[in-house]
Amino acid sequence: MSEPQSQAPLDADPEGYAPSVARRLAFYHRAGGIVTPIMTAVVAFLMGGIVVLSTGHNPWRTYKAIFEGSGLNWFFHVGNHSIHVPFTDTHVWFLWDTNTNHVAAYNLTQTLLTTTPLILTGLAVAFAFRCGLFNIGGQGQYLMGTIVGVYIGSRFTDMGHLPHVLFALTCAALAGALWGAIAGFLKATVGAHEVITTIMLNWIAYWGGSYLFGRDGPLQNHFNKAVPISDDIVDNAKLPALWGNPHLQALHVGIFIAVGGLIAFYLILNRTTLGYEVRAVGFNPEAARYGGISVARNFILAMAISGLFAGLAGGIDILGWQFRLGVLDVQVSNIGFIGIAVALLGRNTAVGVGLAALLFGGLLTGTSTRSLDPEVFPPQLAGNLALMIQALVLLFVGADLLILYIWQARRKLRLPGAPRPAKGSA
Amino acid sequence: MNAVPTQPPWLPTTRQVAIGGIVLGLLAFWLTIPPVSARSPWWPVLVGLCAIAAGIWAVTRGLRRPGWGAIAAGLVGIALGLLSTRASVSNLDQVVVWSALLSSTLVWATPLTFAAIGGMFSERSGVVNIGLEGMMLAGAFFGALGADKFNSWELGLVCGAVAGGGFALVHAVMAIHLRADQIVSGTAINFLALGVTGYFFIQIYGENGTPGDLPRIPDVNIDALGKVFGHLNLMIWLSFVLLIAAHITLFKTPIGLRIRSVGEHPRAADTVGISVYGTRYAAVVLSGMLAALGGAYLSIGYLGSFSENMTAGRGFIALAAVIFGNWRPFGAFAAALLFGASTALSFRLAQPWGNASVLFQALPYVLTLIAVAGVIGRSVPPAAAGRPYVKQ
Repeated sequence: MSEPQSQAPLDADPEGYAPSVARRLAFYHRAGGIVTPIMTAVVAFLMGGIVVLSTGHNPWRTYKAIFEGSGLNWFFHVGNHSIHVPFTDTHVWFLWDTNTNHVAAYNLTQTLLTTTPLILTGLAVAFAFRCGLFNIGGQGQYLMGTIVGVYIGSRFTDMGHLPHVLFALTCAALAGALWGAIAGFLKATVGAHEVITTIMLNWIAYWGGSYLFGRDGPLQNHFNKAVPISDDIVDNAKLPALWGNPHLQALHVGIFIAVGGLIAFYLILNRTTLGYEVRAVGFNPEAARYGGISVARNFILAMAISGLFAGLAGGIDILGWQFRLGVLDVQVSNIGFIGIAVALLGRNTAVGVGLAALLFGGLLTGTSTRSLDPEVFPPQLAGNLALMIQALVLLFVGADLLILYIWQARRKLRLPGAPRPAKGSA
Repeated sequence: MNAVPTQPPWLPTTRQVAIGGIVLGLLAFWLTIPPVSARSPWWPVLVGLCAIAAGIWAVTRGLRRPGWGAIAAGLVGIALGLLSTRASVSNLDQVVVWSALLSSTLVWATPLTFAAIGGMFSERSGVVNIGLEGMMLAGAFFGALGADKFNSWELGLVCGAVAGGGFALVHAVMAIHLRADQIVSGTAINFLALGVTGYFFIQIYGENGTPGDLPRIPDVNIDALGKVFGHLNLMIWLSFVLLIAAHITLFKTPIGLRIRSVGEHPRAADTVGISVYGTRYAAVVLSGMLAALGGAYLSIGYLGSFSENMTAGRGFIALAAVIFGNWRPFGAFAAALLFGASTALSFRLAQPWGNASVLFQALPYVLTLIAVAGVIGRSVPPAAAGRPYVKQ
């Protein structure tokens, strides 16, 4: 009666929830490579196209309009242009036209602006995954980052620019880390399942934010008591704009922070003792414990670092382009949830998360009311289409186990410990 | 055992002290509201401190859970008591109209009850159902759509239940046959339902929303039952029926035994000839249909309209109720009532408290966080929940 696939996690995780995440992950890493994520995305977009077609719209033109709305077509228009080197007065030759008065360039800045927090919330999910934890609380950690970011950013008016920005970002990241660490702590000490605790923490952050910035809330705007919105952050706390008009949501330096996050993610996981321990716990907590690694410590640390990424995303969004936070922003934001799809599609690797964030950033921008051509496809429908595509990506991320089985059967490859495909799995 | 010093019989036991502490904590708040309406802030503080003291006494003598419960009750009692002594007396009379509060509690508890009992069936069979929110939303939209197209609330309910069952079936296929991660698949269901309902809502109804003359689930008027129970919606009564039926099914019938056994030890259940896959499919689809009925109550029962993302996290409160109620029908119902009461209070208190009443909306999540943390009565999920089963 040996059943290595299901028996080992049974011992490993007394709580008994979804213990196969890390094993499944190891499986992905060994097989399939980049093929399944691409197939996943393609099939999801195809099925979205079928929905578009079935409701009497043209899927080809719709996707073309979404692509143009994302501004990614900007790369196709090459020519003889110059680019302004940021923070200097020099201009150098450049292949593309960077003037954001042109629609494609402007849309691209918006896509990158959305990609920035998605990278970080994706990392927030991915890092915990590598420790065998499912951090579904990226949204709450992101919200804590925005709340603390807007608080620090709108206070401490006499600080210098760089100190203020660093102070605000650090506090935002730490707030996210704290929110994540609560779940990690409960997992490590009493074994409370992190999925449940992070869901609860998400909603506590949601209602907490609704309270803080609501009318007569403690952090509500001090000048206009009629609107449920925070104070504006001061100019000294704003991230410098890189590309575009700062009054029209320019791309800011936060994108570099996000890319830095990707590099840090890679280095921490693959080049440090901490990363080694985190991955060891993720693969098999019992073996890690036997090897002298403190599982509890790694659970808390992994969740804290995850929360750090998500909180940083919140801080960057506030200091980069939102500049204020309203109750509505708190309630409709779903950047943290999309981070789940980003991480899973990106296979929880640095490169994968970066690419998946760009894909979803483009999809979100391309379907937004401002970017999508309403003649081709109604933007309100498109927003929901984007949600459906995300959902299908998530579904097929699960179903790609099936794809891998087929892959494996075709190559006559028996992975050690992998269960045989069940009869009748269609 | 003999080493334990004997205690005079007239002294209360540790457990009694702890329970007394919890009662004192509740008393601290109760003193400040009508009919007693103590105005001095000292009363709730004094009584609450006694509750905390009793709690600490119990904790230090080994009764951790009831003791911590008493401490928490004392703290909450002091906080709420202080808040209500600061509110003016007339406001309080206006807020605490017990009958209105009670019927409002039932209204908000009903969708939670349906979804929570659904979620309980799914989790008892070993499939974690995070997609309750999405299934509720599907029930709300397709219930409204069916009621509108067929011009009948009965068919609306059927449409809603079928849609919720459909989403649940997707989750079931992913979780059972494809052995996908159940959290991923549940999250996908939530996104999918949000996207699908939003897409078709805009495609079909556009800017105007659902028509105003949507057929509604009727109220049951029995004047003999008084103000609160005399005019409840049919769905509220059905939720009581469901509660009893769920309890009997789960604990008194072979079906319930099968559901519980595939959730606790699927291998053993398989060995004695129970179809693990079949039972799990049935339980998950049932959970989707029940959650959808809860959603349909919101759209065609209570509000009479549909709006995008109208469930607004109620599926997650239902999930919390399953956990808080320790995976039992009556427990889940009690939790749903508690959480419904916190929603009802949040709306009732909006008048005197303003924005701060929003915090009551967070109460279910805070309480569930405390519950899973094991402070007040540890929550133990079914042993195989979340684990796919591989037939051999």
